[in-house]
Amino acid sequence: MAGRPLTPAAPLGLPPKALAQLMPMYLWLSAEGVIRGAGPTLGKLLPGNPLGQNLSALFTLRPPRALGDGADLATLTGVRLQLQLKSPPATSFRGIAVALAEGQGILLNLSFGIGVAEAVRIHDLTDADFAPTDLTVEMLYLSEAKSAVLQELRAMNRRLQQAKVAAEEQALTDTLTGLANRRAMDQALDRLIGRSAPFGLAHLDLDHFKQVNDSHGHGAGDRVLQVVARVLTEETRTGDIVARVGGDEFVLIFPGLAQIEAMGPIAERIIARLSEPIDYRGEPCRLSASIGMTVSSLYAKPEADRMLSDADRALYASKSGGRSRATAWSLQDPPPTDRRGRGPQPPTEGSAPAVVAKKP
Amino acid sequence: MHGLINRSIQSFLRDTYGQPLWLRVAQDARLGFENFEAMLAYDDALTEAVLNAATAALDRPREALLEDLGTYLVSHPNLEPLRRLLRFGGVSFVDFLHSLDDLPERGRLAVPDLHLPQFALVSYAPNQFVLRCRAEPPGFGHVMVGVLRAMADDYGALAMLDYAGRLAGVESISIELLEARFAAGRPFSLISGTHP
Repeated sequence: MAGRPLTPAAPLGLPPKALAQLMPMYLWLSAEGVIRGAGPTLGKLLPGNPLGQNLSALFTLRPPRALGDGADLATLTGVRLQLQLKSPPATSFRGIAVALAEGQGILLNLSFGIGVAEAVRIHDLTDADFAPTDLTVEMLYLSEAKSAVLQELRAMNRRLQQAKVAAEEQALTDTLTGLANRRAMDQALDRLIGRSAPFGLAHLDLDHFKQVNDSHGHGAGDRVLQVVARVLTEETRTGDIVARVGGDEFVLIFPGLAQIEAMGPIAERIIARLSEPIDYRGEPCRLSASIGMTVSSLYAKPEADRMLSDADRALYASKSGGRSRATAWSLQDPPPTDRRGRGPQPPTEGSAPAVVAKKP
Repeated sequence: MHGLINRSIQSFLRDTYGQPLWLRVAQDARLGFENFEAMLAYDDALTEAVLNAATAALDRPREALLEDLGTYLVSHPNLEPLRRLLRFGGVSFVDFLHSLDDLPERGRLAVPDLHLPQFALVSYAPNQFVLRCRAEPPGFGHVMVGVLRAMADDYGALAMLDYAGRLAGVESISIELLEARFAAGRPFSLISGTHP
């Protein structure tokens, strides 16, 4: 053991050294509470020589109660005790006291409670300060091993989080609807323009979507968007691209479509189907759609931004023309602002977003 | 094989021979990734592929490489937490040897799905021992020779260690303790970051 017991004698007929090996943190008290012997580990923790001092001079009981004369001490035997050092660092202990044979006093065995790691650190204890039967060292091992494992897991979580962010940045799918997202749409437009392939472009915005959200809640809004996505997929061909580019905004790309007139019937079908009430928990949600359209063949040199902006202006014309309709873009004298520009502004005469389809 | 073991092999190759060597090994072993995750489980075949790729790339015998791995696990500063956990095994080198019987349980206390080799220590004389381990992958005994050599140093003990062969999947290491307190050894306190 690390030190010698602080007593010339020991109870139970044991040599002091033997008792110290069994219980390095014992206290042997007289019936009056005077310390007659102390284990070597406890000796390290107590200020000065504890022999001859009263237990109550060094420790307080938790919860606090009187501790002193023989009568009190007798009540402490046989039950789980919580004690605390009066002097700093106010280390806590748990203990059990037993009454020895008549006139022999009381034997109190202590151990550190849950604050053992702190106690070991403050008092600079080593393996040798604990009885071989004591699992304190194993507890410290476990706490350290778990900390190391936790640190690894934390590092892994951080890496996974970064990978998730990176994957989301590269993702091409809108998670709510499963449609293409804006990035996928940009890539599709770049591909088509790069190949000089003709295509049609439709910008669709739901009518009355905000009212659905406001009156039925966001759950209804999400459900509606999923139904709309299904309708748009059903009403387009396999090679067409349907992208959700905003809350309730969609862009449809029709590769191979060169005549704007061909888009009218498609838009009409879509508007008709989106005007059918959508069931949400037994309640009908009513909305419709406004569409703006353009085709690449209208431009000498098609550009994605320009075409999107033109489709957007045609969409604005549909909105201001009473909603639930489709408007085709025409190149003659385009209006100077889009619908997000200088506030609502009807298309000027002759700028020719022309209504080609209306809700039947 | 548990990610902790694979990750240790990766760290050993990287810290000893450099990141380019590790990347080459990862590629030769056809891992399909550059880093093992310590807290995931991997197919045993991957560990074997990494060891084979490393022995080929370094042109070193497998036994020598495994022994160096064992030494690295205890003595490299990057793995100080592991050295500390091993030192919890006992206050002296002999104490530590006796604690090896408990090593798989100690490992599982920390990481429930970690399967470490089973050890059995036999003592033929007060200072003579044979450590047997039933281990995968084959040659794990060589890792233990490296671990024990480094742990003897850590405790300041002087010991002779020899790989004594493999029989029916059990590998043996003979240990002769010449002096228990040959040198000061490295300090160890029960709480990390404090020195008694």
